[in-house]
Amino acid sequence: MSRPSDHYDSPAPVAAEGIVQPRLGFVGWLRWFWRQLTNMRTALFLLLLLAIAAVPGSLVPQRSSDPNGVTQYFTDNPDLAPALDKIQAFDVYSSAWFSAIYLLLFISLIGCVIPRTKHHFLALRAKPPRTPARLARLAGFTTRTAPAGTDAAAAVDSARGLLRAGGYRVALFDSAPQADVREFSVSAERGYLRETGNLVFHFALVGILITVGFGSGFGFSGQRVLVEGQTFVNTLLAYDSFNPGRFFNDDSLDPYKLTLNDFQVTYETKNLKAYGQPIDFTAGVSVTRRGQAAETGEVKVNSPMRTGGTDVYLLGNGYAPSITVKNPQGDVVFTDAVPFLPQDANLTSLGVIKVPDGLAKQLGMIGFFYPTQAKATSGAFYSSFPDLEYPLLTLNVYSGDLGLDAGVPTSVYSLDTDKMTQLTGGKTGTKSIELKPGETQQLPNGLGSVTFDDAHPGAKAGDFSGSVLRFASFDIHHDPTQLWVLSFAVLALLGLLTSLFVPRRRVWVKAVEEADGSVRLEYAGLARGEDPALESVVASLADRHSDLLLSSQLAAPAPEHT
Amino acid sequence: MNLNELSILSLYSAMAVYALAFIAFSFDLAKRSAAVSQAQGDALRSAGPESARSAGGAGGTATLTRISARIVNDASTPYGRSPSLRVGVSLTVLAWLIHLVADVLRGLAAGRVPWANMYEFAMTGTLLIVTVFLIVLTRADLRFLGTFVTGMVLVLLGIAALRFYVEVAPLPPALQSAWLVIHVFVASLGTGFFALGFALSAVQLLQFRREAALGAASSVPAGSVPAGSVPAGSVPAGSVPAVTVPDGATALAWKNPLRFLATLPSAATLENLAYRVNIIGFILWTFTLMAGSIWAEKAWGRYWGWDTKEVWTFIIWTIYAGYIHARATRGWRGSRSAWLAIVGFSAVMFNFGIVNVFFKGLHAYSGL
Repeated sequence: MSRPSDHYDSPAPVAAEGIVQPRLGFVGWLRWFWRQLTNMRTALFLLLLLAIAAVPGSLVPQRSSDPNGVTQYFTDNPDLAPALDKIQAFDVYSSAWFSAIYLLLFISLIGCVIPRTKHHFLALRAKPPRTPARLARLAGFTTRTAPAGTDAAAAVDSARGLLRAGGYRVALFDSAPQADVREFSVSAERGYLRETGNLVFHFALVGILITVGFGSGFGFSGQRVLVEGQTFVNTLLAYDSFNPGRFFNDDSLDPYKLTLNDFQVTYETKNLKAYGQPIDFTAGVSVTRRGQAAETGEVKVNSPMRTGGTDVYLLGNGYAPSITVKNPQGDVVFTDAVPFLPQDANLTSLGVIKVPDGLAKQLGMIGFFYPTQAKATSGAFYSSFPDLEYPLLTLNVYSGDLGLDAGVPTSVYSLDTDKMTQLTGGKTGTKSIELKPGETQQLPNGLGSVTFDDAHPGAKAGDFSGSVLRFASFDIHHDPTQLWVLSFAVLALLGLLTSLFVPRRRVWVKAVEEADGSVRLEYAGLARGEDPALESVVASLADRHSDLLLSSQLAAPAPEHT
Repeated sequence: MNLNELSILSLYSAMAVYALAFIAFSFDLAKRSAAVSQAQGDALRSAGPESARSAGGAGGTATLTRISARIVNDASTPYGRSPSLRVGVSLTVLAWLIHLVADVLRGLAAGRVPWANMYEFAMTGTLLIVTVFLIVLTRADLRFLGTFVTGMVLVLLGIAALRFYVEVAPLPPALQSAWLVIHVFVASLGTGFFALGFALSAVQLLQFRREAALGAASSVPAGSVPAGSVPAGSVPAGSVPAVTVPDGATALAWKNPLRFLATLPSAATLENLAYRVNIIGFILWTFTLMAGSIWAEKAWGRYWGWDTKEVWTFIIWTIYAGYIHARATRGWRGSRSAWLAIVGFSAVMFNFGIVNVFFKGLHAYSGL
């Protein structure tokens, strides 16, 4: 049998008492090891081990899915974290031990499936096996006496027709045990699709593993934040962050141009119990591919845009207040729309403005933006609605060394205030700068002025809806494996369905001519794998066959009487 | 009163009727135990050890024909019509109808499918568990699982109503997808099948222990069997005999509170039933995994990212894959594979109740 020796359907092992094992050579040991690896118990063990090994990855933050969580974990557990990191607990799914388990599992799987494929291939071309001598020991055994005058060979032939019509592969046997006894039988087998499905399922899993393992190396993923009106060109340098696959080649980027024309948001306002909950985010974009006219399109949360061999996903959004800083002479030293990171559901947002040049000292500002500013009883500001109803920007100003000159890369979203002096807010005694769109205030110590530019200056008083620009953060991916993985997954599902629900069974019909000339019919079946309907199938076959014989009996004898 | 309030009212009514059904089913189990004691007593009085053995030990072995047999109640003690059982089923159907109304009203109130937050998952998921149970009842007599099904549904609905309740809210952009309808529905349906498989496997294990104890008891010298099992039948539940009796008989007496097991199908039949229910669950789960991946690609930009919920869905899939393989592995068929089904369903419940609520991940549900 091609199945592992401990498969339930394999013959029981012969007791090995008194047998002296021959000494195994190197090849012998290899063989032994292979047999161990490919037996059912090992596969089962590895499968369950895989399930257990996957658990820690859900308990400890993973670098792949939650890098900030890992950083936080290191801060919270300074002693434990490095130890966990040593055993790759933050990269469980790419760790040596997790990989070892699934690779062994897949080797075991392949080692099991290949001989089975060979065996199945031969079985597909072979005739059903010879009818067993004693059907009485098999499932659903039924005997009937054929209507008088039935010929044994003809009876078996009609059974063959029935079985064939039922999708069985059939073979006739003339199985007379003695010379003077006439005994014919038909051996039938169906459900080869069960094993085919089983093999397809397992090969499809191997396919998924290989596609994911190698194929994903050819892809990349990158992130880019775009403020309304900004344009991005799909080149390596234009990304805020970029993670290429192992085999990715920069030249394969298609340099299309993507402009964020506008960003539309809708928040719930009717249902007071869900007031302010987001209903819709739509990024209106235009894409210009090389040598082509610009095309407009939309990117929404659940509907990415597929263009230029990449998929563009909308993963975040927020406000990007436009801020202009002038020196005391009135010259502009800084003007930009600065993306502020949302801190809560009502989009209280935090941003950093760095002005390295043009002023007496380097200037840094930590800003809070409240789209709909409200005041708590403690005096603290918060945002009570995510849309622009009553926007306010507050700025804490620092002067000193921004730390940019050392050449060390720093985040645009954080300000290192170690070498800076706070000028407004906090304990300085000077009130933070508070600005509404369109307003300007002087910076402390006569450093200059700061303006919160109104993006829609023409609006009537009190309408702030277009006063602040929004940004959208896009994930741009190229993953050549997607279609393959999907195809293999569909194959796996189809294989699974057939392997679990197509019954595989053998059925035999035997016609024995008794000494008195009557014909005894025997029916029996054998399940090959799970087959709850076997006995009723054999019984209904016996019924239908009897009916068939009876009706042909009624039709056939007529000429004899004339 | 608006639609949502009507929905809540219906849900509480459904819970009340489930509670009544639970009582009826429990009553039936108690009556089964009594019937078993009666039958054992009768058998021993009339025919002595021989028939006692055949009454108890019939379901002990699994033959090849048994494995391929159609669903039959091959209980060792036949158990006739039971009014409380029929009341239980009728009440369950009634509760299911009210539950369905509650679910539909919630969907109408929200203007979308009623499975977008924990409260709604629990409501729809339990509805599907009962639906699966009632459908399976038309094909096989699994009414003895009524206490389990109604009891579990009651507990889950109680937790949902008390801990997970949220007001009707519109769908956030991340959930605005046709895949919400498909992915979550199929996952809940799969859970319904796994729940039933879990119950069958649990009863299978109990039944197996009972059969093993009986097998041991009947292999003890003939004279000692009735000596041990007569008190076993008549001593009230909970009073473990202090008398020294042969090993097998001790086990028998210890099983006292679960005497009703004798009226249930044999362990082998239960195992086959559990397997059939679980493989349907497994296929639905496989589909859930795939549909989830397709949705994840659209919503999050990758089809698989080892998010905590993805991890647990994978773990559950692997456990049930193990279960199916265990059924085909010599030495793992029977009790060991049953344990895997039990672990699998525990993981499903963990995934729903613990991972969703306490683990950090992308499957976060706006305030539950």
